[in-house]
Amino acid sequence: MHRFAKPSVFLKLTGAMMPWVVALTVILTAAGLYLALIGSPVDYQQGNTVRIMYIHVPAAWMGLFCYVGMALCGAMSLIWKHPLADICARATAPVGATFTALTLITGSLWGEPMWGTWWVWDARLTSMLILLFLYLGYIALVNAFDDPERGSKAGSALALVGAINVPIVKFSVDWWNTLHQPASVARMGGPTIDPSMLAPLLIMAFAFTGYYFIVLVLRVRLELNQRRIRALQLSGLFDERPVASGDHDELAYDQGHNAGASK
Amino acid sequence: MNAFVAILRRDLRLALRQGADSVMVVAFFIVTTTLFPFGVGPEANILARIASGVIWVSALLAAMLSLERVFQTDYEDGTLELLTLSPAPLELLVLGKVCAHWLTTGLPLIIAAPVMAVMLNMDQDGFGTLMIAMLIGTPALSLIGAIGAALILGARRGGVLVSLLVLPLYIPVLIFGAGAVEAALLGISAQAQLQIMGAILLLSLAAAPFATAHAIRQAVE
Amino acid sequence: MTVFTGSDLTCLRGERLVFGDLSFSANTGDAVMLRGRNGAGKSSLLRLMAGLMAPRHGTIRWQGDDIANDKIAHRARLHYLGHQDAIKPVLTVRDNLRLWAELRGISDIDAEIDQALRAFDIHHLGKTAGRYLSSGQKRRTALARILLGQSDLWLLDEPTVGLDRESCAELARLIAEFRAKGGIVIYSTHVDLDIAAPIILDLDPFAIPMMEWLIEHDDEDANQHLSLDMDQGRTTEAAI
Repeated sequence: MHRFAKPSVFLKLTGAMMPWVVALTVILTAAGLYLALIGSPVDYQQGNTVRIMYIHVPAAWMGLFCYVGMALCGAMSLIWKHPLADICARATAPVGATFTALTLITGSLWGEPMWGTWWVWDARLTSMLILLFLYLGYIALVNAFDDPERGSKAGSALALVGAINVPIVKFSVDWWNTLHQPASVARMGGPTIDPSMLAPLLIMAFAFTGYYFIVLVLRVRLELNQRRIRALQLSGLFDERPVASGDHDELAYDQGHNAGASK
Repeated sequence: MNAFVAILRRDLRLALRQGADSVMVVAFFIVTTTLFPFGVGPEANILARIASGVIWVSALLAAMLSLERVFQTDYEDGTLELLTLSPAPLELLVLGKVCAHWLTTGLPLIIAAPVMAVMLNMDQDGFGTLMIAMLIGTPALSLIGAIGAALILGARRGGVLVSLLVLPLYIPVLIFGAGAVEAALLGISAQAQLQIMGAILLLSLAAAPFATAHAIRQAVE
Repeated sequence: MTVFTGSDLTCLRGERLVFGDLSFSANTGDAVMLRGRNGAGKSSLLRLMAGLMAPRHGTIRWQGDDIANDKIAHRARLHYLGHQDAIKPVLTVRDNLRLWAELRGISDIDAEIDQALRAFDIHHLGKTAGRYLSSGQKRRTALARILLGQSDLWLLDEPTVGLDRESCAELARLIAEFRAKGGIVIYSTHVDLDIAAPIILDLDPFAIPMMEWLIEHDDEDANQHLSLDMDQGRTTEAAI
């Protein structure tokens, strides 16, 4: 269809790139995990629990990164009406939601030994939680329509509205938090981080990014192929009616693109 | 501007004839607020401590409850299609409808709020600020909510969906609305909070009609 | 010069191809009757003409200008009647019409509404609430809307649904009157409306099979995927 014209470029390009990206991601993940779990020093205060950081922090970055990506896709779909933008936004949402959920879960697991509680209404945690709600709202919206294209378009509009709101939400949560800051909670240290810890952190972040691109490409390819199948179904190719029973045009007409007329 | 007045008048007339809508919103607000003393106990000082938050959360939920219907009935009977085809700009018509929504739901809530504040034992110092904060905050709720209401047109399970979309976007209004009242109760000036709420209102006034109109055009396509 | 034209129009609804490469043209005073089977795209074409949706390919022009360029001007010159009557059950017939009159910026609203109500013989229902109307009366109220204000183009989607014989005749007379003033009427109907010399636009020939269209507009990459299926298709065709 018309919308496939450019997607085919996408399919070809990503098809060629895929093996390299996969290989790179596997290497990065292996290296990152080795450094994070074995190769990096134990924190003098936190002990081995510090190793949660190597999952937690990159996941948090990815959670935000994916939302920014979605909003950009939404903007592209709004401005250039490019169908791939909608599909990309739609494919990104579950990945971003998973990373955000992972951040919250690992944060909770980390917080228990460190702060003695599973959850605190810390500004960062709360913002992440709201981000997760925004993801869930988006996913619920795009799946709520019978026409997938309509769902994607509505989703793109929502992603943009959400993106305008994210800084406001972040700001208001920070403001709210400084007012209600519980005294006992110490925040994680600032930018002072040892290079031996920074290296695995960055490697893990790149590995996560690679993983995201792999999943994104797979999901977009899946969606494109599903659209093709639907198009073929609508065109009447998969009709099981015996051809001999009527003339071919009639069959294509009724079973094909004109079946199920709407407005 | 004529178009704005025309749609506002029609929506107000509709609300007046149907009647039940604004009464329902206020009733919902009152019932939700009364649930809290049952949940946390009747001690006056605890209730006074949470009063501003409870009133704001209940107002948020009540405002959201009526959102689904802002465009839904017009969408179903074909009116929305004709509105997008009218020579008046759709953004203006959206603004008129949102304005009508606020007058029929936001305004009654502002009037009901002090009554609930009395029942929750809130200190009198906060009443004025509560009403001012709601006067600034509820139009923003209507504007932001309209985007959600337009996005869900034609979707399955619209009602639940709209709450999932809109409530996270309501959080800033909640934070500063409740914060303003709390500041007033502590005897501090609530000016900062009210100004930020004003900024949120202006931003949503500038952006929401366009986003809503965009979503409506998608829905009637 | 032709006033209202469309060229190479392709329409997709959702993911379904409705019609392709359709062209039409209409002059002042013309009536165009859309014909076609269920799902041939009569309603879709009317919605394209109204500017409610955009064609996937092709342009619709009014006196040479693309209607997408000045949507407000296009909306001001047209009246569209869809499947739904857009009647609010709690408002009177008069109040229902009033909104549309106000949105068109008509100055003498009451007189215009009176005239429109009389034309469809529902003047006595002016103060009746929408919920007490029969479906035919609702349809007539919706039709009365298109008489409000100045317009050059009527797009009527099945205007006769629910109308009795007398109202149909009345509608035909009003259409003739509108055409005499230089208006263009484009309509679809399953009932015979007594309209003089309509241009008949049959949509069935434009219903190109989706398969062909896919191949034409798709790229080689997709064709490779499709080629197997197509070969199969060809052999069955040959068998016939």
